[in-house]
Amino acid sequence: MHDTPPAARAGRPARSRRAPTDPPASFRWTRRIVLTLLAVFTLVPVYAMVSSSLKPLKDVRGAFHWFPTEPTFRPYVDMWSTVPLARYFTNSVIVAGGATAASVVIAVGAAYAVSRYRFAGRRVFTVTVLSTQMFPGILFLLPLFLIFVNAGNATGIALYGSRGALILTYLTFSLPFSIWMLAGYFESIPRELDEAARVDGCGPVGALLRVIVPASLPGIVAVTVYAFMTAWGEVLFASVMTNDQTRTLSIGLQGYSTQHEVYWNQVMAASLVVSVPVVAGFLLLQRFLVTGLTAGAVK
Amino acid sequence: MTSAHVSSGSGVSSGANVSSGTAREGRAGGPRHGRPPASRNRPRSRFRLPPRLLPYLLLAPAVVAELIVHVVPIAVGIWMSFRELTLFYIRDWAKAPGKGFGNYRVAVDFDAAIGKDLLTSFLVTAGVTVLAVGLSWLLGTAAAILMQDRFRGRGLLRAAFLIPYALPVYAAVMTWGFLFQRDTGMVNHVLADQLHLTGGDRPFWLIGGNGFWALVTVIVWRSWPFAFLVLMAGLQNVPRDLYEASALDGAGVWRQVRHITLPALRPINQVLVLVLFLWTFNDFNTPFVLFGKAPPTGGDLISLHIYRASFLTWNFGTGSAMSVLLLLFLLLVTAVYLIATSRRRSAHA
Repeated sequence: MHDTPPAARAGRPARSRRAPTDPPASFRWTRRIVLTLLAVFTLVPVYAMVSSSLKPLKDVRGAFHWFPTEPTFRPYVDMWSTVPLARYFTNSVIVAGGATAASVVIAVGAAYAVSRYRFAGRRVFTVTVLSTQMFPGILFLLPLFLIFVNAGNATGIALYGSRGALILTYLTFSLPFSIWMLAGYFESIPRELDEAARVDGCGPVGALLRVIVPASLPGIVAVTVYAFMTAWGEVLFASVMTNDQTRTLSIGLQGYSTQHEVYWNQVMAASLVVSVPVVAGFLLLQRFLVTGLTAGAVK
Repeated sequence: MTSAHVSSGSGVSSGANVSSGTAREGRAGGPRHGRPPASRNRPRSRFRLPPRLLPYLLLAPAVVAELIVHVVPIAVGIWMSFRELTLFYIRDWAKAPGKGFGNYRVAVDFDAAIGKDLLTSFLVTAGVTVLAVGLSWLLGTAAAILMQDRFRGRGLLRAAFLIPYALPVYAAVMTWGFLFQRDTGMVNHVLADQLHLTGGDRPFWLIGGNGFWALVTVIVWRSWPFAFLVLMAGLQNVPRDLYEASALDGAGVWRQVRHITLPALRPINQVLVLVLFLWTFNDFNTPFVLFGKAPPTGGDLISLHIYRASFLTWNFGTGSAMSVLLLLFLLLVTAVYLIATSRRRSAHA
């Protein structure tokens, strides 16, 4: 913000100024102190998570140590047998993967409609979808639970406890934000591009797939990461709508602490393993997410 | 295939044009472009959809999903709140007898145990929310402003700050649960063993009154990066020449922050604070993972409270009534907030 060009405005004598990237000392010191404190606050728990995942069990049984007495990868081996982690992992991959794929495809279609067409109900749709995002989850949970249980009783299809029901539920959690963000992205693509495609004989769907989707790939990737993170981390509905066979990581990981003893080193190892994919994905793509937020905010 | 239904207008790309563009609706009709002869040779799709229907077709999956998971359940939830929906009727809900406003009367009878607990939980939630939203906003704003300029390590620091937001909530909260353990946790190790601040005591953090502070800490840790991310995005829209012009007029950094940056962020802050408020007030995950199914009074956020009240007693009628009351409260606060902030904004303009 301080890259002031030394040139003066008309009618004002040029004054010598600081180097453009050199804010005053008070600002630089505030920056150093505040950012250091924030970094400590942010990173100390992350460090504790990593270091504790490398500790033998005796280290996490007694008083806290900053460093493992003898670093070991045993927790990363043992965590698979203490609880059926592989099953939880598979369930989470299926549920989050399914919800993400469905959510992104549906959001691309809906965002295309919202950004390229004027139709009756457009505003109602946008407002309704966005506002459901803000309602308390507990409000849907009880009725949805009963709907799934009773629909299962009536039709014989087991919805309650099934992965399909969970996929359907999760895809709607990321849908509002995805539609909003993609609509913003699509708006920023000049209409001349899809018109050119139409002139070349593409239908509206062809224009979407051949022009709009490739041109907004960063936005679509960002939305994909967001949808996956949302489904991967959901706790409330998973705690009610899953059974032993369909349990996902968000509830399954608590299995380490309801046993006779809490294997904190394994909890930390498992937490780390389930976190790394989403954190890496998010950090790699956060730039696109910021761009998308800006694009959406312009509206 | 006619391509006319796409409203192309005069190169609409800015937001203002789009929202005022509804007037163009319904001007479907003849082709907009003369089709070059070459395109006639292309194979046409077998189905010819009336172009007017296409947007609805594209929206249909989203609408159906939203209906099943959100709209219908809200309606059903309101219906449930007027029924005596106890354990006996869960598998056969059509038989649940009506109860009028009975469930609501139970929920707001603050002299009886159920109502009193609900009120306590509500007040705790309000306290946690005010503190957590205020702190998250403050930290997010400070970091976004301080990191507006380039400096060495900025990209790395920004990535580090976003980690708490990117972590799956249960992994993050379980880590905090470990740090807050009384005998084996890091927090007491630092406070009692290293800094000797507690007078030889090892306080409980997840049991009793300290639960409130533990919960606020975890929520702030997880949500301030979101404020930071949104505000950083907002700062990219502040025109650079404003700073340049004011610097030429002799304004220092701090004056620029006060008179340019903060006012420019006001529209974003309006939305950001509302979103943070709603998320924190509705937060279920953090207290549920941190405390399990028996939270201390100071950590009993309202969503968790309703959840426990419903699933411990299987009285879904009362639980639904409480949820509806919560929804009404949130709608009221949101409406008042939007009216108040919009009025202030237009007064400033």
